[in-house]
Amino acid sequence: MAQFRLPKNSRIGTGREFPAPEGARNVKRFRIYRYDPDSGANPVMDTYHLDLDDCGPMVLDALIKIKNEIDPTLTFRRSCREGICGSCAMNIQGGNTLACTQAISDFSGDIGIYPLPHMSVVKDLVPDMERFYAQYAAVEPWMKTETATPPDRERLQSPEERARLDGLYECILCACCSTACPSYWWNGDRYLGPAALLQAYRWIADSRDEATGERLDALEDPFKLYRCHTIMNCTRTCPKGLNPARAIGEIKKLMVERR
Amino acid sequence: MDMRKPLARVRGLGAAGEGVGHWWAQRVTAAALVPLSLWFVISLVMLAGADYAAMHAWVAQPWVSVLLILFIIATLHHAQLGLQVVIEDYVPTPLLRIASILLVKAVAVVLVMAGVLAVLQVALGG
Repeated sequence: MAQFRLPKNSRIGTGREFPAPEGARNVKRFRIYRYDPDSGANPVMDTYHLDLDDCGPMVLDALIKIKNEIDPTLTFRRSCREGICGSCAMNIQGGNTLACTQAISDFSGDIGIYPLPHMSVVKDLVPDMERFYAQYAAVEPWMKTETATPPDRERLQSPEERARLDGLYECILCACCSTACPSYWWNGDRYLGPAALLQAYRWIADSRDEATGERLDALEDPFKLYRCHTIMNCTRTCPKGLNPARAIGEIKKLMVERR
Repeated sequence: MDMRKPLARVRGLGAAGEGVGHWWAQRVTAAALVPLSLWFVISLVMLAGADYAAMHAWVAQPWVSVLLILFIIATLHHAQLGLQVVIEDYVPTPLLRIASILLVKAVAVVLVMAGVLAVLQVALGG
């Protein structure tokens, strides 16, 4: 049967406590998932007390402050710090989002921070993304054409055709949606997940692409596509405000249309 | 030990080339069940307290028999499709998965046959 409890070596213990600096008046507690593969120990939750009067406004600012000033062993991914690279996707206070665009002030109590759910953890807040990227590669996210490129210009699109890509091309592949999806949790080995399917639809919807039928063929499968049960966690959690559930629904509509 | 690269694992055995039929049948039976269930529930409420003879006469009416048979088929087909999805979602062990899906389908077929036969016997003057 499906596994509903964490395996023994993944169960989370209590970790260390790092008190706030002397004289801090605006203290916030950050409870952060820590896992060190080299120690062989179970993961723990470390607690850091930060003075918000001496910290940037976003959750990523707090993580960077912890790493710089309190505990350099804290491990997480980050790059652009403005919501365009997708590196700092993590589970913050129960929701998957980007630490860099998530304001600390949105939460009243403690802030619990975990890696993206149901992924293998490499270290601390760093999940193993190999399978996720392979799923992206599997939808062949590039333009496929047989008609030769016009020698003197781009492949043309009408403004309406271009508009169909709005809400799709903005995806930054942060994996917040896929790792929020119960179907992806239980059957991620066969279900492609909302992110890869939104990307698949981005190419299906592209008027310049000439492989629409092949793309639909590659998705017509009870697991690759139809594990989506329109739960809509993906849409609810997307930090870019996109709607993967709608994109998947459009693919399903095309599947019926071509029967 | 699985030494395949992630892409090989994700591609797996490729796309089965089916799933649309299943998905579409589930939507169509769901849509059909909206009026059929309403009719069935309202009819039962109106027949509350009726004796055997009255029920028998009700079922024996041709259009009632037809709707009853449609209701039985649509309900069990829809239930069977839905349960298959639930089993596929939550039962990862291949043998157990196949066995439970086959069991659900067998039960659905038996119930449909029994239900339809019962209606026909009444309708055709059993």
